[in-house]
Amino acid sequence: MRNGVLGNRQPSGLEIEARRQTVRNYLLLCTPALLLLLLAASGPLLIVVVYSFLEPGEYSGVVWRFSGEAWFNVLFSRDIFDDTVSLADAHLTILWRSVRLSLLTTLLAFLLGFPTAYFIATRPASQRPMWLFLITIPFWTNLLIRTFAIMEVIRNEGILNTLLQALGLIDSPIQILYTDTAVTIGMVYVYLPLMVLPLYAAMERLDFRLVEAGYDLYASRWQVLRKVIIPLVKPGIVAGTILVFVPSLGAYVTPRVLGGGKNMMLGNLIELQFGQGRNWPLGAALSMTLLVIVAIALAYYVRSASKSDAND
Amino acid sequence: MEGLSHKAESPPRGQEAAVTAVEARGVTKVFGGGNDAVIALDAVSIAIRENEFFTLLGPSGCGKTTLLRLIAGFDHPTGGNIVLYGEDISPLPPYKRPVNTVFQNYALFPHMTVAENIGFGLSMLGRPKAEIDDTVDAMLRLVRMEELKNRRTSQISGGQQQRVALARALAPRPKVLLLDEPLSALDFKLRKEMQIELKRLQHETGITFIFVTHDQEEALTMSDRLAVMSQGRILQVGSPREIYDHPADHFVADFIGETNFIDAEIQQVEADAVTIRLPSEKTVRTPLPEDFQPRKQVSLAVRPEHADLTRQPAEGQLSGTLENVVYFGTGTNYFVRLPDGSEFVVRVANRGEGNGDYRVGDELGIAFSANAIQLLRD
Ligand SMILES: Nc1ncnc2c1ncn2[C@@H]1O[C@H](COP(=O)(O)OP(=O)(O)O)[C@@H](O)[C@H]1O
Ligand SMILES: [Mg+2]
Repeated sequence: MRNGVLGNRQPSGLEIEARRQTVRNYLLLCTPALLLLLLAASGPLLIVVVYSFLEPGEYSGVVWRFSGEAWFNVLFSRDIFDDTVSLADAHLTILWRSVRLSLLTTLLAFLLGFPTAYFIATRPASQRPMWLFLITIPFWTNLLIRTFAIMEVIRNEGILNTLLQALGLIDSPIQILYTDTAVTIGMVYVYLPLMVLPLYAAMERLDFRLVEAGYDLYASRWQVLRKVIIPLVKPGIVAGTILVFVPSLGAYVTPRVLGGGKNMMLGNLIELQFGQGRNWPLGAALSMTLLVIVAIALAYYVRSASKSDAND
Repeated sequence: MEGLSHKAESPPRGQEAAVTAVEARGVTKVFGGGNDAVIALDAVSIAIRENEFFTLLGPSGCGKTTLLRLIAGFDHPTGGNIVLYGEDISPLPPYKRPVNTVFQNYALFPHMTVAENIGFGLSMLGRPKAEIDDTVDAMLRLVRMEELKNRRTSQISGGQQQRVALARALAPRPKVLLLDEPLSALDFKLRKEMQIELKRLQHETGITFIFVTHDQEEALTMSDRLAVMSQGRILQVGSPREIYDHPADHFVADFIGETNFIDAEIQQVEADAVTIRLPSEKTVRTPLPEDFQPRKQVSLAVRPEHADLTRQPAEGQLSGTLENVVYFGTGTNYFVRLPDGSEFVVRVANRGEGNGDYRVGDELGIAFSANAIQLLRD
């Protein structure tokens, strides 16, 4: 009740002035960062938007003539002989595969990353830096090299198949390389630290007395996980899934090396337009499509995450 | 001086038929290993009766929290057993023990409302929703928090959080409620209020309370019985009166209230009493404390308010020089220097008629009855 009265209270003139002053100070302090963002992020983005409305150059680059053809080509294809229009199946297949593999990657990274982060967060404080350090080791090596290392593990004559054969579990090598499975394995491996770190940050702040309180109040391990731990580390889960899902969707090194030429993802398709395809406007339009998909998905995800938070 | 009956204190309600609710049997808890091993509890045995307000009292680090955690099931004993109504519960996880805890920092779930916090235990037990709602309402009424039902726990004050924590722990009607220094975070006035509130709740619910505190006054005013702990051991168990009037050993006498210690010599040992000779050559007979190891030189404790001053030292009375007089409203402390160099404090209650006009430097006698003397174990 008291809260209601306070909630409707009109701020005094002095308070309003003080608030304005604070806002002015914040804006001033933000200026360098805002300028950098504007130049480094919005600038290139603007160029991409402009390019997507131009015509492709003959060898590469663009011709400065307006055209909606690139955007048309994102979803449709025109037959070169009779000009009939049909849906661009290839693009849709690639889009669907990208979304599917990215979701799968995110899910697997979460299932692996959650216990890992929990394990680290429950170590004595003196040991945690060591575990975090181990988590970050993969970042020291170039992505391409790590991806080739995965390839070495899963290829037909690789470590995994040799081992399984030596153990007598399989007769002939399993074909993993150049399949969606290979791409997923590679992406989970590459993006796992991006899941573990924000989860760990959230769990480190978790008050483990709340976990004990849960056990004390008759919650089993599973119930404590669902009713206490997960709701409390949700910000970390949201951050981790975004950090894994977004780059997965645009990934191109891993799918290219481990998926071979055929299992393309959006990243590969875009790269292709700027390379061999020599169709920069289409590449730009595809990039913008990816960006819009991500933006919509994120907006939806963050909103539903915070909504269910309010209902809990 | 009121008649002090020795050890024959009237028992708390229904002691004759007292059922033991919780029992620790030779419980030892060691943390760590090797050179870093800490013995938090050292062969602790204790029986807590059904329906009593039992307090674990002791200085910080003596093992109170450890004992509570063993009863709750958050930790498991290195040796010994925890027994609940005759059943050994040592191997059970906390969620299978009908015991609830009020945590020192409340540990309320920040992502739930007050009502959801209180209903949590019952909902984990799978009770029907209607029953949970009814119990939550009853609990809110019990702790007088009806209006704050739908608040987030971050939007209520410390005292209110304390009440919610109590309601949450009481809602599943545990057989035993454990309270780990629940009042230590509250300011003085609120703490006094909550002390009364806790007694009321215990009375109304009839649940056995095991209350932990390091505040001796709190322990004396609230408990039916209390245990004094030090360095992982239980030194004495008894009613507040037994503990205060008849501390069994030096630590208990010193930790609770103020005490004068007197060295004396044993003259004769009988089955349950001894005759001792005071430094003033007088001999008195006094009962033996539990676990007393007979020896020649012993220590006695005499509470300052159990002694009195006399103008003319009588035959066999302790006597000395008055060194200091400290007036504190409800009474006056007289500090008397004895011939052997030790100090003896006599506290005289202020009865409003002016105390005997003693002056620093006076030679005075110190009078106390044989009942006021407590022979100490160590
Ligand atoms: N988890 C633990 N690891 C190591 N030592 C501990 C742990 N918990 C308690 N102790 C030690 O056990 C002793 C008793 O602690 P505690 O039961 O918390 O005392 P109290 O609650 O009476 O203040 C202390 O010396 C403390 O340092
Ligand atoms: Mg403690």
